Amino acid sequence: MIQQSSTSAAAAGGVAAPPPTGTVRLTINGQQHTLQIAPWTTLLDALREYVHLTGTKKGCDHGQCGACTVLVNGKRINSCLSLAVMHEDHDITTIEGLGSQENLHPLQQAFIDHDAFQCGYCTPGQICSAQGLLNEGRAHTEEEIKEHMSGNLCRCGAYAGILNAVKEVVDSQLRMKN
Amino acid sequence: MNPFTYSSATAVEDAVRDNASHEGAAYIGGGTNLLDLMKENVARPTHLVGLNKLPLTSIEPTPEGGLRLGALATNADTAWNEEVKRRYPLLNQAILAGASPQLRNMATNGGNLLQRTRCYYFYDTATPCNKREPGSGCGAIGGFNRIHAILGASEQCIATHPSDMCIALAALAATVRVSGPRGERTIPFEDFHRLPGTTPERDNNLEPGELITGLDLPAKGFEKNFSYLKLRDRNSYAFALVSVAAALELDGDTIKDARLALGGVAHKPWRDQEAENLLKGQPATPETFARAAAKVVESAVGQGSNNFKIELARRAIVRALKQAAEGSQHASDVFLNSNP
Repeated sequence: MIQQSSTSAAAAGGVAAPPPTGTVRLTINGQQHTLQIAPWTTLLDALREYVHLTGTKKGCDHGQCGACTVLVNGKRINSCLSLAVMHEDHDITTIEGLGSQENLHPLQQAFIDHDAFQCGYCTPGQICSAQGLLNEGRAHTEEEIKEHMSGNLCRCGAYAGILNAVKEVVDSQLRMKN
Repeated sequence: MNPFTYSSATAVEDAVRDNASHEGAAYIGGGTNLLDLMKENVARPTHLVGLNKLPLTSIEPTPEGGLRLGALATNADTAWNEEVKRRYPLLNQAILAGASPQLRNMATNGGNLLQRTRCYYFYDTATPCNKREPGSGCGAIGGFNRIHAILGASEQCIATHPSDMCIALAALAATVRVSGPRGERTIPFEDFHRLPGTTPERDNNLEPGELITGLDLPAKGFEKNFSYLKLRDRNSYAFALVSVAAALELDGDTIKDARLALGGVAHKPWRDQEAENLLKGQPATPETFARAAAKVVESAVGQGSNNFKIELARRAIVRALKQAAEGSQHASDVFLNSNP
């Protein structure tokens, strides 16, 4: 249990006390991290500000844009609407865990090949979401992929490229299965 | 977000006890709505009781031949559950019509019932809102109210309940199982959510400290003739302007049993049993459907920018009943049900 410090800003003479913290252990991209964080730290802020994995982006911070999408136990979630402390027993995968510059994930290569971004800010979330879609294995047609990717917005409007990129990887996975 | 303490419960009794021992405490399941409200300073709990380690994630048959949905099963796991798909496809369709895949992977069944309205004045702490701050007034009445209620509203509040899942649960006549400081009890779905009246700050009839532990679906699933028709500004990832859950049991062309519930039109999932009675025993024809639809909107009142919802609801009811009678689903939602 994380206890909030009883020292209020007023008691400290108007100077804000440092935020009360507790120990939270997270497994991120296969690595264990022990963080000293306040209970109100979202998973997104823990990843970016404490583990310094800045691939995961903060867009709206309200679960509306999907830029913060990460995988928890293989399932895609919005890391901005979840507290880090709620994920102590979970396997968290971020864009940094999917591929590297030397060894691109097939989705990363497909996004390059299909010109699936302009500014790139939504891309890590798009790719993590697409990996979630692949794990689910329920979207095959273009219409299905559009519906199942609707939680990720792209302000530049690269949707046509994103759709083609995801479709290519979905198709290649289906070919490998058959 | 305001500071708060956090503890994680591993048993229902511990969660209830922990909640009761902290003034200003709240339960947190998936957190998708609560954390959003906390970021907006609309909700300001001083202590959170984490529920995600409670053993309430299973979906199991009930002795009565129905299905019990664990309160902490996610919306996604519920929608894609084989028994839900086979026996309660109306529920599957309603859940998949809401939110996004990411949110459905986080949001829980109990939390879906407890999500707050998306009324913009409720969210905007710079404006008056009787639901957020009783007695302060209502910004929506006389303001921008395109998404607001046409049925059952009051002079204090015209907010709508935003859920899709709950509209199917209302039509299916689910039962809500709760546990609290005074023990366990069940609440029929119709009696769970409230109309605003003079106490719009209360969305539902849970007593302080009570926790939803599960939802029981009765044996009857209307799996042959159903429709969840959701009308919205874009065809995915948007709240309903009007939604209709229609379920029929047919004997030839005669309607033996009928269920009709609407979303996006009232402070609670709006099931209309009088309209259902107008359907029962009648031939499944456009004329019968029109009579039921007219009954539902008979008492509807527009607020200005949402006047269009009255005619939209009337037509949506007729269309959903027709789809249900034909055994066809909402055309744009068919693909949601595809399997590998």
